[in-house]
Amino acid sequence: MSILEIIGGILLIIGSIFLFLGGLGIYRMPDTYNRLQAGTKATTLGGMSLVLGVGILEPAWIWKALIIIIFIAYSNPISSHALARANYRRGHYPYIKSKDKKNMDAYQEVVPHTKEKEDKV
Amino acid sequence: MQTLTFNQKLGRFILNWIFLMIVWLMFTSTLFWQEVVVGALVSMLLSLASIRLFTCCTLSLLNPVRIFWMIWYFFVFLKALIIANFDVARRVISPSLPINPGIVKFKTKLKTNYSKMVLANSITLTPGTLSVDVVGDTFYIHWIDVETTDPEEAFKIIAEPFEKVLLKIF
Amino acid sequence: MTYIIYIALTLMALGMIFSAIRFVKGPTAADRTVAMDTLTTIGVAALVLVGYMFERFIYVDVALVYAVLGFIGVIVIARYLEGAL
Repeated sequence: MSILEIIGGILLIIGSIFLFLGGLGIYRMPDTYNRLQAGTKATTLGGMSLVLGVGILEPAWIWKALIIIIFIAYSNPISSHALARANYRRGHYPYIKSKDKKNMDAYQEVVPHTKEKEDKV
Repeated sequence: MQTLTFNQKLGRFILNWIFLMIVWLMFTSTLFWQEVVVGALVSMLLSLASIRLFTCCTLSLLNPVRIFWMIWYFFVFLKALIIANFDVARRVISPSLPINPGIVKFKTKLKTNYSKMVLANSITLTPGTLSVDVVGDTFYIHWIDVETTDPEEAFKIIAEPFEKVLLKIF
Repeated sequence: MTYIIYIALTLMALGMIFSAIRFVKGPTAADRTVAMDTLTTIGVAALVLVGYMFERFIYVDVALVYAVLGFIGVIVIARYLEGAL
C-alpha cells in the first residue's frame, strides 16, 4: 500500500462515520431545528471527506471531486437556512427545554407567535 | 437596484469570466485547445448575461492581500467545521441528548449582502449554531446549547473570529 | 482496500436507513424535507464511492447532477412551505 492509499482509506472511513452520524442525528433529535443542525453539519464534513478520499485514491478524478466538494459546502447551509426559516414562518416553533421560555426565542420579535399548537403536516 | 458605472461593469464581467473559466477547466479537467476555446466563449456569454446577478465585487477582490485573507479564512472555517462535527457527534451518540436549544440574536458590522451571506453560511457550519434569518444587520441564530441570551456576548462567542477576517476581505 | 470500501458502504447504508425512517415518520413536511436532504448528500457520496469501486467515471457526473438537482428541489420545497411560491 502506498501512502496515498492509506490517506484515502482513512478519509473514506472518517467520511462514512460522519455520514452515519448524520443519519442517526436526523433520527434521534427532538425537533426540526435540531435535526437540521445534526443533518447539515455531519453530512457536510462526511460528504466532503469521502469525496476527497475517492479523489485522492483515483488522481484523475480530483478536479471533479473538488467541484462536488465546493458544491456541497456551498449548498448545504443555504438549503438548511431556507428550511429553518420556512418552518418557523409556517408556525412550528422551536422546542425549548429551559424554563425561561420568553427570552430563549428571540426570533418572535420578527415573526410573532400566532398559532397555539403545532398543526400536523 | 443601483446604477453601475462602466468600470464596475467591466470589473464584474472580467471577474465572472475568470471564475467561470476556472469552473469550466475543472469540469473538463483537460487543457486540449478546442475545449479551452469553447469554454472561453461560453463563459464569456454567461458572464455578459449575469453582470447584474452576481453583485459581489469587482476586480479589487483579486488583490494579493485579500487573497491571503481568503486563504486564512478557509483555515479558520475548516477548524470550526471539524470542531462542529465532533461536537455534533458527541451530542448524537450520548444517550441523554445534552441539548438546551433556543434562538438568540446579534448585530453585525458587515455592510454588503454578499459578506452577510458568507457569514451566515459559516455560522451554519460552526459548532451548534444554525442561522435562521437575517433582517437588515441582525442575525437570528438557532443555538443547540444556549450559553447566553445577551446579543453582545452571543456575538463574541459565535461570530467574532469570522467577522474579523471578513471585514478585511470585503 | 476492498474491505475499507465495504465498511464505508455499510455505515452509509445504516445512515440512509435511519434517515429513511425519519422520512416515513415525519411528523411535519419540513422534517421529511430534512431527511430527503440528508439522503441526497449520502446518496451523492455513495455514488462517487460506487463509481470508484466499479471504476466507472460516469458515476461522478451522475453524482454532480444529483447534488445540483437535490439542492434545487429542497429550495423549491422550502419556498413552497413558506407560502412564497
